Amino acid sequence: MSSWPILSLVTFLPLVGALFCLVVNGPKDAVDRNCRSAALVTSVVTFVISILLWVRFDPTKAGFQFEEKADWVPALNIGYHMGIDGISLFFVLLSTLLTPLCILSAWEAVRVRVKEYMIAFLVLETFMVGMFCALDLALFYVFFEGVLIPMFLIIGVWGGPRRIYAAFKFFLYTFLGSVLMLLAIIAIYWQIGTSDLVVAMEKLQLPFIWQCWLFVAFFASFAVKMPMWPVHTWLPDAHVEAPTAGSVILAGVLLKMGGYGFLRLSIPLLPEACQFFAPLIFGLSVVAVIYTSLVALVQEDMKKLIAYSSVAHMGLVTIGAFILNMQSVQGSMFQMLSHGIVSAALFLCVGVVYDRMHTHEIDVFGGLVHRMPRYAFIFMVFTLASIGLPGLSGFIGEFLVLIGTFKVNTWVATLAATGLFLGAAYALWLYRAIIFGQLTKDSLKGILDMNMREVAVFVPLVLLTLWMGVYPSSFLDPMAPSIDKLVGDYQAAIKLARTASLMP
Amino acid sequence: MIMGLESWTLARPEIFLLAVTALLLIWGVVRGESATTFVSLATSAALIVTAVLMFAPYREGTAFGTLFIVDRLTSTMKVLVLVGSAVAILMSRAYFEDVKAWRFEYPLLVALASVGMMLMISANDLMALYVGLELQSLALYVVAAFQRDNVRSTEAGLKYFVLGSVASGMLLFGASLIYGFCGSTAFVQISRALLEGKGGEIGTVIGLVFVVAGLAFKCAAVPFHMWTPDVYEGAPTPVTALFAVAPKVAAISLLVSVLMGPFKPLFDQWQQIVVVAAVLSIAWGAFAAIRQTNIKRLMAYSSINNVGYILLGLASGSEKGIQAVVFYLAIYVVMTLGTFAIILLMKRRGVMVEGVNDLAGLARSQPMMALALLVFMFSLAGVPPLAGFWGKLYVFIAAIEAKLYTAAVIGILSSVVASYYYLRIVKVMYFDEPAEMLDRLPFSVNRAVALASAVVIALFSLAPQPLSLAAAAAAKGLFP
Repeated sequence: MSSWPILSLVTFLPLVGALFCLVVNGPKDAVDRNCRSAALVTSVVTFVISILLWVRFDPTKAGFQFEEKADWVPALNIGYHMGIDGISLFFVLLSTLLTPLCILSAWEAVRVRVKEYMIAFLVLETFMVGMFCALDLALFYVFFEGVLIPMFLIIGVWGGPRRIYAAFKFFLYTFLGSVLMLLAIIAIYWQIGTSDLVVAMEKLQLPFIWQCWLFVAFFASFAVKMPMWPVHTWLPDAHVEAPTAGSVILAGVLLKMGGYGFLRLSIPLLPEACQFFAPLIFGLSVVAVIYTSLVALVQEDMKKLIAYSSVAHMGLVTIGAFILNMQSVQGSMFQMLSHGIVSAALFLCVGVVYDRMHTHEIDVFGGLVHRMPRYAFIFMVFTLASIGLPGLSGFIGEFLVLIGTFKVNTWVATLAATGLFLGAAYALWLYRAIIFGQLTKDSLKGILDMNMREVAVFVPLVLLTLWMGVYPSSFLDPMAPSIDKLVGDYQAAIKLARTASLMP
Repeated sequence: MIMGLESWTLARPEIFLLAVTALLLIWGVVRGESATTFVSLATSAALIVTAVLMFAPYREGTAFGTLFIVDRLTSTMKVLVLVGSAVAILMSRAYFEDVKAWRFEYPLLVALASVGMMLMISANDLMALYVGLELQSLALYVVAAFQRDNVRSTEAGLKYFVLGSVASGMLLFGASLIYGFCGSTAFVQISRALLEGKGGEIGTVIGLVFVVAGLAFKCAAVPFHMWTPDVYEGAPTPVTALFAVAPKVAAISLLVSVLMGPFKPLFDQWQQIVVVAAVLSIAWGAFAAIRQTNIKRLMAYSSINNVGYILLGLASGSEKGIQAVVFYLAIYVVMTLGTFAIILLMKRRGVMVEGVNDLAGLARSQPMMALALLVFMFSLAGVPPLAGFWGKLYVFIAAIEAKLYTAAVIGILSSVVASYYYLRIVKVMYFDEPAEMLDRLPFSVNRAVALASAVVIALFSLAPQPLSLAAAAAAKGLFP
């Protein structure tokens, strides 16, 4: 069993399911039913196999595990190189966990073009998992960009009234960012003669000015993906228009690709430039945390509010990633995972009422607790987790980032902390507006509470949120060696550069 | 180098094709219109056999003095031309039958044009180059106006003829200058003269500029692209499909062999010209297409844009660059043929339509065709993992290695602009509600071509290695 290429299996199994859906034929009802089941089964099996990764992951090792290497395009020295370490492990799990939940959440909500919908999600899963496993720059880029195709279709076909605008904005924004990254990847490839990331991490020695240019190119891509202020404007549009499951994947996984990219590529490959640009990133992140929180306060649309809150939370992630000490990077990672679960769950919560009322305007709702107690409870758990209540997942990440930041830069830490305060303000305001108060609106009088299928979607997320909040070590321990190595290598590189610059 | 049997063996594919064309012409004349279908199938078969003949057994060398050269590069390019022409002929039947212009001359003219293209590709002398080019052009002028009772087709043919003649004139003028200053029309002699510093005078450079301008016209690079949208739109659709593929390959191949062959010593001079033409083509092809509503016109701009990327590969002047040219061309041919196969399937109530918006709702009425076109569009946009991405990757690797940073940045940013109009087609197919569905046509050649092209693109996407090996082998010939 040990020789099984588990990573490739996890990556490409969804594609098999997609191919199956593609060839299914027959009367519409049967096709829809078969595609739903096939997609659910494939994604659940994929998730179960990906659990194996966690079980068999050696948490004491810092390097890459489950490595697979094969020639892909030897003429260009591009290889198929997959592997995961502590940084990527949980992102893979996050992707494989959210996909079946998305498919389940769309069970009844999506009625048109079910077949295409399922295919799009399965293909999306392949790209997401592949991106987190890729250890070859070209392969990484292929998966990173490939995500755009299914997501473009998901927003454009199953989205809301302004879906076309949102889909184009999403695609063009992110595509513009990533093509610059392609040039940076080519420049690295040109320097070392191969696109293998592990070789690049060992060998790449670039002059400072080159590092800066490449950093800017990578930054263009990851900052848009994150998204950082001021290039975040595609996100609220995309979220509002995307179907529920699209928002879930967007918030849960796609935003993490930016943070992952910083940790996987920018920091190890371009340490000096990272140090040089860190103040800029802190500035942008602090603005993001405060400004987007304020913007979130005045939103009239639930999805838009959560979208802005995502930008604010991601601001904390970038601060943590670029403070670059053990706590801050761990906090940043944890914050991404926690946000991946919590914001995904919040979008699913919005989806529950959207399926009933076909709107996500805040004004339409109010007093839902009287009709939907289960819903009120679940929504509350995730609202509090998003605020960062101790005992739930959000707290750990924010706390670690702030500790790490405080040691290095008090001002950044203080300003970032105000964002948490504002976060509590808008999240509680949203919760009050939707759940509490009198149930006066006639349209809501007959609204039904969540059924068992919907509850089943949320149960794993609630449990995970609690687990992450109560016993974070299960998640932090496997990450620790890899993050330790990342921080250690970075500091060594900076020290080396400093001594080199002191020499005459 | 005696004009012995060796020369004839090297040129046997061209001779074979010419002979078959002549025989089929006689057959067509004797049997009249009823022979059309047979002649077209036979011509397609002959084109494919010609491609096989080149490799059974494969030989390389120069023939007829130094007029004619065969190596890996020319053979690869000829395969692309022949496959493109053969498929274009196969795709044309339904269209011409519809417009009552299904005549046997059409496949034969295409075959003659193919002979011309093969001569162009193999040209190793300015005279041979011109003869091949004119054979190709004259046949294609007629083909563009083949739907002779249609005003737009006739207009396209005339426009193509007039502007093409100007280009030929420029090329001829440039060739005469080069002859005057270098003392020979043979590539080998020109190269020697330039290396010895004899032909380095300004006159040769001016001649070179004219030659490049003439060839840039033939491959529709900015600023010599003006004819392309009109001719693409006006010509009968199957002819447009042919124009977008075969002559383009031939012209680019010729440009490569002229610039990388005899004029290699003047690399510094011509590099600037090619870089400017490449960047302008990329940018103009991307920006001007945004507002197009006719899909054939849009494909014209798309082809200008793609030629820009190919020229960028050439501009790097390195072995990687030439590999990029071959690789990109091969993928371009497949994508283009597939796209035009679908355009030829666009019919509503039995009438051909060619507006982008006519595709509305295709994803519901014909999901497989929509999926195929989606693959072509994302591939043309260069979105990974589709094959078009590999082509662009190759080009940009070559460009960065040649330190053409600015051109690479402009090129890659323009690809985002270009992606907008490719996405628009996807949007129309998948997002828009159809006003009135396109006809569902029975299974036909075009459908098969579309699906086969999509499969080929998918294979190239996952396993680009075989194609990149072929490209590497082809490029090696120029770098002994």
